[in-house]
Amino acid sequence: MRAKHLLSIQDLTPAEILEILDTARELERITEGSMKKLPTLRGRTVVNLFFEDSTRTRLSFEAAAKRLSADVINFSAKGSSVSKGESLKDTAQTLEAMGAELVIVRHHSSGAAKRLAESGWIKSHVVNAGDGTHEHPTQALLDAYTIRKHFPQNERDFSGLRIGIVGDILHSRVARSNALLLTALGAQVVLIAPPTLLPVGVESWPVEISYNLDSEIGKLDAIMMLRVQSERMSDAFFPSEREYARDFGLGTQRLKKLKYDAIIMHPGPMNRGLEISAASADSKQSVILEQVANGVIVRMAVLYLLMGGTSVPTEGVLV
Amino acid sequence: MSSHGLLVKNVVDASGQLIEIEVTGEVITQMSASVQSDFPIFDGQGLLVLPGLVDLHTHLREPGKEDSETVLSGSQAAARGGYTAVSAMANTFPVADTAGVVEQVARLGKEAGLCDVFPIGAVTVGLEGEQLAELSAMAQSAAAVRIFSDDGKCVSDPLLMRRALEYVKSFGGVIAQHAQDPSLTAGAQMNEGAISSKLGLKGWPSVAEESIIARDILMAHYVQSRLHICHLTTKGGVELVRWAKSQGIKVSAEVTPHHLLLTDDLASSYDPVYKVNPPLRTQEDVLALRAGLADGTIDVVATDHAPHPSEDKDCEWSAAAFGMIGLETALSVVVTTMIDTGLMDWQTLVKRMSTAPAEIGGYAGHGELAVSRQANFILVDPKQKWTVDREAMLSRSSNTPFHGQTLTGSVVHTFFKGVQVIRNGKLTGMKHE
Repeated sequence: MRAKHLLSIQDLTPAEILEILDTARELERITEGSMKKLPTLRGRTVVNLFFEDSTRTRLSFEAAAKRLSADVINFSAKGSSVSKGESLKDTAQTLEAMGAELVIVRHHSSGAAKRLAESGWIKSHVVNAGDGTHEHPTQALLDAYTIRKHFPQNERDFSGLRIGIVGDILHSRVARSNALLLTALGAQVVLIAPPTLLPVGVESWPVEISYNLDSEIGKLDAIMMLRVQSERMSDAFFPSEREYARDFGLGTQRLKKLKYDAIIMHPGPMNRGLEISAASADSKQSVILEQVANGVIVRMAVLYLLMGGTSVPTEGVLV
Repeated sequence: MSSHGLLVKNVVDASGQLIEIEVTGEVITQMSASVQSDFPIFDGQGLLVLPGLVDLHTHLREPGKEDSETVLSGSQAAARGGYTAVSAMANTFPVADTAGVVEQVARLGKEAGLCDVFPIGAVTVGLEGEQLAELSAMAQSAAAVRIFSDDGKCVSDPLLMRRALEYVKSFGGVIAQHAQDPSLTAGAQMNEGAISSKLGLKGWPSVAEESIIARDILMAHYVQSRLHICHLTTKGGVELVRWAKSQGIKVSAEVTPHHLLLTDDLASSYDPVYKVNPPLRTQEDVLALRAGLADGTIDVVATDHAPHPSEDKDCEWSAAAFGMIGLETALSVVVTTMIDTGLMDWQTLVKRMSTAPAEIGGYAGHGELAVSRQANFILVDPKQKWTVDREAMLSRSSNTPFHGQTLTGSVVHTFFKGVQVIRNGKLTGMKHE
């Protein structure tokens, strides 16, 4: 990979996406063997710079870095200098001064990772772990990794796969990254949501739009349910949780309309009973826990490639 | 001063005529193709002579935010940009909502002596949109305020807006509205559209601007008062103003130089130098604004010069302040977007950047080159290409979105009340006493 940072799926070519996924596959193969931990990044320091609470993403990156033997510094905004008014720039410069070579940043402001990478504030590699309502590129990569494991005939080309993303598209960085990545690999993507939860301008995305989950669900090879945040209701994006769940939730009755080989995905954390019923989340078609496991693998691949690994590792190179 | 004077020779006016101008003290005493005078000759070297520019929308930040601009540094930037009058917006700390504050700003402007500084008064106390400020006291003060605006915030309450429009009729005032429905723009970061949908930045719908413009046009008509619309940015807004004028409603409108040139795709860099209120819009809007300025639907170009210290821009987008500086680049942006493109001639530029704003503000002494008027004029090189350098600004701030861009037309000399305050683009050190 030529890139220094991973900021947005927008920046990646299909070949680069496949390179990351292939590297992940090799890392998975190696770590499934006798070697659980690779010495590749020994002595190198990675910072988890989290301005938003996100335990699962932070832990996933931490696990990925540690399996590559990197030293990990965790920084969370709560109770830190940030709550005393320190800026993103100062925080990042401080951590770099402590030896960070790669910064994994989660921030509530869209574009924060790009600013960190491109403003000349720091020299480190930057990985976007979610910026506002913009992108969450490693989530899309792990989702694609999960999808291709279940559709091996589509390993290098998602043409013919129809993937539905359901729910709060407007505020979802997961939806933005996935719409870009899945279509870049050739999949048909349909966004399914009430009009209030679709951004103005979505017509310009390379996707189809539907307001009706029931008319779409039977055509999908993968259905990705997005978390619905309860504060959206108070902002009048929809009238009530009950009405939302009825029209856009993956309930137990609706589950029966799914193709037998379709997979159910969710980036987590789930609101069981709202966007997804317990029966759907726990069904045989659900791959939600696989997504979590694949998250660590894919993030290992990203760290490995950005910090100078060759594209397809062999055990000889790694050791 | 009255014994001092000069004879400006070898200059061309906006209509292309060679002209000579005799200045005695603060006043133009002769002006024709050939003037007889004993005063020393100022050779204009074929430059264009225009009346000094007049800005209706300038954030000078003093009192309260002197780290970004002062009345003096803003006056220096104005003089260099060819402005001989600016209108200091009311959103200072404290807010310019009393006679005391507007008089202080006016006094600081006189002390600077580089251009006229006409304070704008707040419409409501503290810009809070709840209670009318003492508009009459500001009008009767030494600052003689005629324009009132809560700029930065919209007077969104329709009843309060109605009262303000009615109230200022007694002293010939005008309400300058920052048209932005607050509820439709809560947390908004950039123009709502294809670009915001991809960037994940909260959208600022054009309808939030247009619905207030429509409402206030109807209101101004209903109470028969004068409405001025600040920084128009949308195609729909231009159409609303065009309709209002066709109905004979007393509305005027302004556009900023940046909205004539820049579009919302610049936000893709997430560089907050492009973050501004109202936001940069689409190319379609830009073209509608240019057409509206050319045909007179939009009366004036106003800078909305909004200085900010670097820490308010050297950060992530959502944490950054809204605003761009513009005094030192305004004329060149208008030349580049309107004259180079053949949409407007120099006489129309003079109307939009000097005559019309002086009329709207009631700024006697500005807006026209004529015998017995104040000698407020500039000499411009209309063809000069130059590259904007944010480090070279006279403004105390450097948040220009035009850094690195090459623009056409430069202000060479500025004369304010007969005093040459700018020579070859640099401060002379002289001021009007």
